[in-house]
Amino acid sequence: MSRETVGRFSLGSLVPYVVLVLFTLPIVILYGWLFYSSFFPRVEGLRPVGAFTLENWRFLWAPETVDQLRNKPPIIPLTINTLVFSLSTALVVLLVSSMAGYALSRLNFPGRRTFLGGVLLLHAFPSVTLLIATFIVLRQLGLYDQLLGVILVKAAFELPLGIWIMKGFFDTVPWELEMAALVDGAGRITTWWRIVMPLVRPGLLALGLLAFVTGWNEFLLPFIFMPSGTQATLSQLVRSMLGEGRFVDYGMLTAVGLYYVAPVIVLFVFAQEHLMKIYGGGVKG
Amino acid sequence: MRGNNGSDMAVVGRGAAQAGPAAAAAGARSDGQPAWWRGHATALFFMAPAFVMVTLFFLAPVLITLGMSLTDMATATGLSRWQWVGLDNYERIVRGRFTLLILGNTLFYVAVTLAFNVLVGLGVALLSTHVEPKAGGLVRSLWLLPRISPSVVYALMWTWAAADAPFGVINQLVEPFGVAPRFWLASDPWLIVILINGFVGASMGMLVFTSAIQSIPEELFRAARVDGASAWQIVRRITLPLLKWPILFVLTYQTMSLFASYEYILLTTNGGPGLYGTEVWSLWAFHTALSSYYGNLEFGFGSALAAVLVVMGLAISFVLLRVFRFNDLVAEPRIEIT
Repeated sequence: MSRETVGRFSLGSLVPYVVLVLFTLPIVILYGWLFYSSFFPRVEGLRPVGAFTLENWRFLWAPETVDQLRNKPPIIPLTINTLVFSLSTALVVLLVSSMAGYALSRLNFPGRRTFLGGVLLLHAFPSVTLLIATFIVLRQLGLYDQLLGVILVKAAFELPLGIWIMKGFFDTVPWELEMAALVDGAGRITTWWRIVMPLVRPGLLALGLLAFVTGWNEFLLPFIFMPSGTQATLSQLVRSMLGEGRFVDYGMLTAVGLYYVAPVIVLFVFAQEHLMKIYGGGVKG
Repeated sequence: MRGNNGSDMAVVGRGAAQAGPAAAAAGARSDGQPAWWRGHATALFFMAPAFVMVTLFFLAPVLITLGMSLTDMATATGLSRWQWVGLDNYERIVRGRFTLLILGNTLFYVAVTLAFNVLVGLGVALLSTHVEPKAGGLVRSLWLLPRISPSVVYALMWTWAAADAPFGVINQLVEPFGVAPRFWLASDPWLIVILINGFVGASMGMLVFTSAIQSIPEELFRAARVDGASAWQIVRRITLPLLKWPILFVLTYQTMSLFASYEYILLTTNGGPGLYGTEVWSLWAFHTALSSYYGNLEFGFGSALAAVLVVMGLAISFVLLRVFRFNDLVAEPRIEIT
């Protein structure tokens, strides 16, 4: 929407750029700092002190030499835990959402409207207020302090968005194909899985990516519901290093932080339009 | 639900399915109980997992929060030896020594962060749609970074930016303006708390406003320019009036999110410095019931604190659903970034 006359330089047309750059600068500085701090022994403000080094990254190949990590779980198992957590969350969200989304889009059953209204209400509702009671629920189910419990809670919190998104995608699928399959005698479940699910692949991809990223990033749920830390995720490591206050080795901490955030940024760069399909409508915060 | 294409489609779908032999069960619906059940067996199969999860992790917790708020349940009483105490917990909130302080903190935090979120979100949306589309898209992507980053990493960056001299970036940036270096997290905790939340929160408004601006017909702008309107007049007289509903929506939605959320405060000041320096209501509930310094987790009292937020959350969600037609706003892709 550039509306200035082409070919004529006007000072006024620069104003929006200048203001935008000033506004956005803090974000650029924060991320830029995170990136290059991890490659210098010490950074004061934005001034690197010393020469370029990979020392800060030695937690990857020589974790035993890092004092800060001595009493903490090693990075690779933590990464695997984080991966297991976010992938399982994404799978549960995808399966449960696409089942419910399909039923809400295609079948008529008692309580359909109520459930649909409830899903929307819950989508706007801040689930974080329910954590105290969720603690009791997990205790009663015997899932407290277990990865499975946290996966189920996280997946449940993503469900209202997931069900709504999947229902939207199923609504756009013309159902002649489905009808043909049903007429040929295939059951509803077979039809859903074989015929309709492949047609909503873009929706599954977008929702799966979103659930994966929010799972990967999750801090509060594992922090509260898995206190013993045997299946801790990367967020716990960064948080415990951060908790060491002024004595923390920030070079190392930025390297660990960058290691943790990098996959998300890479995914964001390559899958932006998929993620944006959902972020645009489903933002929390 | 208003404007719900899905329901029409479902009705048509059912009608057509009945035509096929596979839908015999559905067709036999009126023949009595077993057939009725079989007619809905498929729906039951598809809905069961979602129903169970919503019941366990939304419905039950809402009821448990309200119920538990009427008890003295705590680690001291154990999860089995608790008693009903009526409205004692609520009375304790009303009479509490720190209630007013924390309520004041909360209102201040919500009001200032909300203003930041909406104004900055609006500013970025307006400006980024008035520059080259590629540049605007890039700026919006950068603003999304805080939202898609793990909260611990984002908090780490701000903690570091606010660090004491000679390290903190903030110290270095304000030095030329004659500001004495300091440990910002301790000296100006609210500034940091509001900035850290504001830079995440502004992106929501930015996305909603950007898509609203992009859906305004270009002719309106062109006509105004032909009439000689300045850029500011166009924004003031055309864009802003058309953004009234999106702005009200974002205000309502974010008010609730801000009342409920405490993750970034927990990760930076943890309610400090000192006693309740930046403690807000939701963090108070968390500290009381899930992370007490005194070792006694007070589930009952914490639930009463949380119940206030839960009831408020339900009320505001209902308003969002009814007044703003939340379903329309979440229904479709809202933005494309190039």
